[in-house]
Amino acid sequence: MEVSWALLANAIIAGLLLGGFYAAMSVGISISFGMLDVVNIAHPAFIILGSYIAYIVNDQFGFDPIVVSVVVSPLFFLLGMVLYRIYYLCFERRGQESLRGLAFFFGILFITEVALVLIFGVDYRMVSSRYGDVTWRLGEVGFPMRLVVPFLVSMVMVIGVQLFLTHTFFGRAVLAVAQDQLALRLMGVNPVRVKELAFAISIATAGVAGAFLIVIQPVQPAIGREFIGLVFAVCVLGGMGSILGTLLGAFVLGLAESFTSTFFGPSWAPAVSFGLLLATLAFRPSGLLGR
Amino acid sequence: MSNRVFAVVALAVALALAAVTQLIPNEYFFSAAYTVLLFVILATAWNILGGYTGYVNFGSAAFFAIGAYTTVFFYNAFKAPLPVGIVAGTLVAGLAGLGLGYLTLRLRGVFFAIASLALAVVLYIFIVNWDYVGGARGAYVLQPREIPFGLPRYIHLIYAVQLMMAAFALVVSRVIEKSTLGRGLAAIRDDELAAECSGVPTLKLKIFSTMMSCALMGMAGTTFPYYLSYIEPSSAFSLSYAVNSIAMPLIGGMMSWMGPLIGAVLLGTVQQLVQVTISSAWNLLIVGVLLVLFVTLAPNGIMGWVDAWRRRKGR
Amino acid sequence: MTGTRFSMLGRAVCVLGLALGLAGAALAQQPLKIGFGMSLTGPLAGNGKAALIAMEIWRDDVNAKGGILGRKVEFVYYDDQTSPATVPGIYTKLLDVDKVDLVVSGYGTNVIAPAMPIMMQRNLTFMTLFGLNVNSKFNYDRYFQIMPAGPNPAVGWSQGFFDAAMGMNPKPKTVALVGADAEYPAMALEGAREHAKKTGLKIVYDKTYPPNTVDYSPIVRAIQATNPEVVFVASYPPDSAGMVRAANEVGLKTRMFGGGLVGPQFAALKTQLGPLLNGVVNYEFYAPDLGGKFPFLEKFLSKYQARAVVEKVDPLGFYLPPYAYAMMQVLDQAITATKGLDQAKIADYIHKSEFDTFVGKVRFAKNGEWAVSRVMMTQYNGISGNDVEQFKKPGRLTVLSPREYKTGELKAPYHDNKK
Repeated sequence: MEVSWALLANAIIAGLLLGGFYAAMSVGISISFGMLDVVNIAHPAFIILGSYIAYIVNDQFGFDPIVVSVVVSPLFFLLGMVLYRIYYLCFERRGQESLRGLAFFFGILFITEVALVLIFGVDYRMVSSRYGDVTWRLGEVGFPMRLVVPFLVSMVMVIGVQLFLTHTFFGRAVLAVAQDQLALRLMGVNPVRVKELAFAISIATAGVAGAFLIVIQPVQPAIGREFIGLVFAVCVLGGMGSILGTLLGAFVLGLAESFTSTFFGPSWAPAVSFGLLLATLAFRPSGLLGR
Repeated sequence: MSNRVFAVVALAVALALAAVTQLIPNEYFFSAAYTVLLFVILATAWNILGGYTGYVNFGSAAFFAIGAYTTVFFYNAFKAPLPVGIVAGTLVAGLAGLGLGYLTLRLRGVFFAIASLALAVVLYIFIVNWDYVGGARGAYVLQPREIPFGLPRYIHLIYAVQLMMAAFALVVSRVIEKSTLGRGLAAIRDDELAAECSGVPTLKLKIFSTMMSCALMGMAGTTFPYYLSYIEPSSAFSLSYAVNSIAMPLIGGMMSWMGPLIGAVLLGTVQQLVQVTISSAWNLLIVGVLLVLFVTLAPNGIMGWVDAWRRRKGR
Repeated sequence: MTGTRFSMLGRAVCVLGLALGLAGAALAQQPLKIGFGMSLTGPLAGNGKAALIAMEIWRDDVNAKGGILGRKVEFVYYDDQTSPATVPGIYTKLLDVDKVDLVVSGYGTNVIAPAMPIMMQRNLTFMTLFGLNVNSKFNYDRYFQIMPAGPNPAVGWSQGFFDAAMGMNPKPKTVALVGADAEYPAMALEGAREHAKKTGLKIVYDKTYPPNTVDYSPIVRAIQATNPEVVFVASYPPDSAGMVRAANEVGLKTRMFGGGLVGPQFAALKTQLGPLLNGVVNYEFYAPDLGGKFPFLEKFLSKYQARAVVEKVDPLGFYLPPYAYAMMQVLDQAITATKGLDQAKIADYIHKSEFDTFVGKVRFAKNGEWAVSRVMMTQYNGISGNDVEQFKKPGRLTVLSPREYKTGELKAPYHDNKK
């Protein structure tokens, strides 16, 4: 196979688009796991929940799935608050968050999955959108709208989260909570309240990412498990607790996947991604942009 | 009870159980018991690292699959009999555990958890692309026609083998728990920094227990290809092994060797029963709900209740 | 005294006789229990449920006719969760605890293979549903399989595809093979490689991808870069959708595309992809255009389609359900003909006879597969919009092969069908 410029350019574009989508899925983990130290392994389950909500509204009323997901994101925000409350009361307050908290989220993952199976059945579901089958072309390079629209919305969301964290009092409190809870208390901020809201934001991003997912590919309830490794990989690769790091990690994984697929063999793409992660953990555990 | 006595008793009990149950005419018992025993080994193995040391291994399925695929490899290469597969599978899984531990145990526990998850993915892709052991198509491992010890069917044999291996895993687990090693591990679990400062060789201990834990998980997988006759990557790497090997010790109790045993027998049996009674998505739901209930309401598992009850009685 | 004793003995004999008679009568009326595991949860549950519905329709039909050998048919089934690990437990439970009279398989290679040792130890006749060449390793003479892939499934599967390819003018010289990392695609690709060798096609691309890939366009671009004249794809539903979409997005230029996509046989993918399917060549097991050739199938499908809507499974039912029904018909006819449940006689009868089923006449080869392959190679065209009703009517699916079902000619090249 000849390596042409068109192929190379397409591989880069495909990798970036994919990375943008990965960033949307992982930004929530970057908040909950990277900043709050809550190992929310059920994050992908909430993504799937988001997919199904987008699906059902799209199916019944024909609204655009991504618009729907943004509209219902306050619901996910509330869900996140409730979930964090339970988590705090049962685990964090008792100082047993690490292992049992993990198991708790594992359980939540399964309960969500089964609930979706019982309501929607096990078939793959998909949505119809106006841009789903449209592709823009710029010379030899293709821009499938199915990936471009989620990419753009994702960028807005991720950068929005980053600006929020760095430019608002509350956002800085979230960043501070990861470092020094006592100092925060002394400043008159309740760290639990801060963590609750931050966790709620992370779940809200999962809901929106769910709509992206179902725009990009068909979804069934158990598919969330496939993404557990991915979202944590993105978060750790980029650097714990850094939104920009997550963005970078997502692009690296997206590009790694698209380059392996194009030039080497698609079968090895996940091995390359996760091999990268293992190497990062072994040699630079703070991640690419870690503190 | 000293370790030596315990080992003798455990093996004797296993032998006696294996012998007595051979009288059961119903083959279903053996398939069901095989599966429960498989989970006993997995849960016990996971607990050596996860329970004693506090490091969560998400990659149980990967080590289980290493055991299974080592058997497949030796079967394909040399038509090697089962014992070769068992020994080799245990060793290879132990080595993989050693490697993983060496690379990542210097880090915080949660990084180890993620590394184990990543390792599972990498290994999965590797197996899928390795045609010699069947690749994505899967491999057939035919049960031998000649069955030793005059047993009626092959399932009787692998059930007995599984029983022995479960006893062995429990002995290993108990020896580690009761030794100075076990106390070192507990110190790591409670406060790693303090343990390090008071002279506990934390890294060495962690690596050792990872290796033991992973080796036993591999051992659990070695009989699996014979049990199914057919094995393919997605079932060997099934998430259910990772989930159950975490859920069972949590439900049983993670502080001692008995917790995973109780958890595995309980949850394993419930799953077997649910499968042939309600038979639907409820199976997964039960694991999920039990997991959430136990970690929120009974954080020390069933053994936690037992201990509390004993203490009250002692007073 | 003697009289009393005699009468007691006589009474005892009488009672015994009566009891035996009653038992005999009860036996005749005892239901005929058929056991199986079926995927009702897990990745293949959609198909498993559809198959179950078809089998239940068969059961109700048979019972309405008075059962088999005068016995009502009853099912005992468990959810195998699409996991092979559950299978040995399920079948030993069925045979030893539930004491079923017969067993059939669940859906797919994954859950058929682990049941084989149990069947072989007990010398049971085993009718199976859509396993891929399982018997090649076991060589069990009481194994039968209802998917019409023919005696050499790997090759039979893509025969029609390569026949159509070589029928193009001028003959193609290059082929690209691509498929998912899973058991079915691996087998289909193996067969395709054999065809390539036989027909002298040069393989310019031969790679697999992980089934949970998100974006397939890099793969399609890599294929396009090798400029193959024919592209053979072997995939499962989610990646079938991904590949077809990517082929459209990239604007793949090739003369023939498709072959072994699992998924477009079902309503879900047909409606989702809609016009994107136009031009794709793919296997199917039934086409509405052939209605006249399968006279009873229409009746079955209307029953099935009514139930499928309620149970939220594939509302068309062209793929698996008729064959699940046919599998039970074969068993039914074999039991009725041999007048009993003697497993040897049943197996023998199935080997020797031709069966008249809803999916046509079926004969089995020595290895238990269909004696002749009847994988239909078809081409989608004229699909507009995403409405499901259009697929129930003739005209969206041209059957290219086998010859006796042919309804039209291949329209090549693939990308011209998009205009």
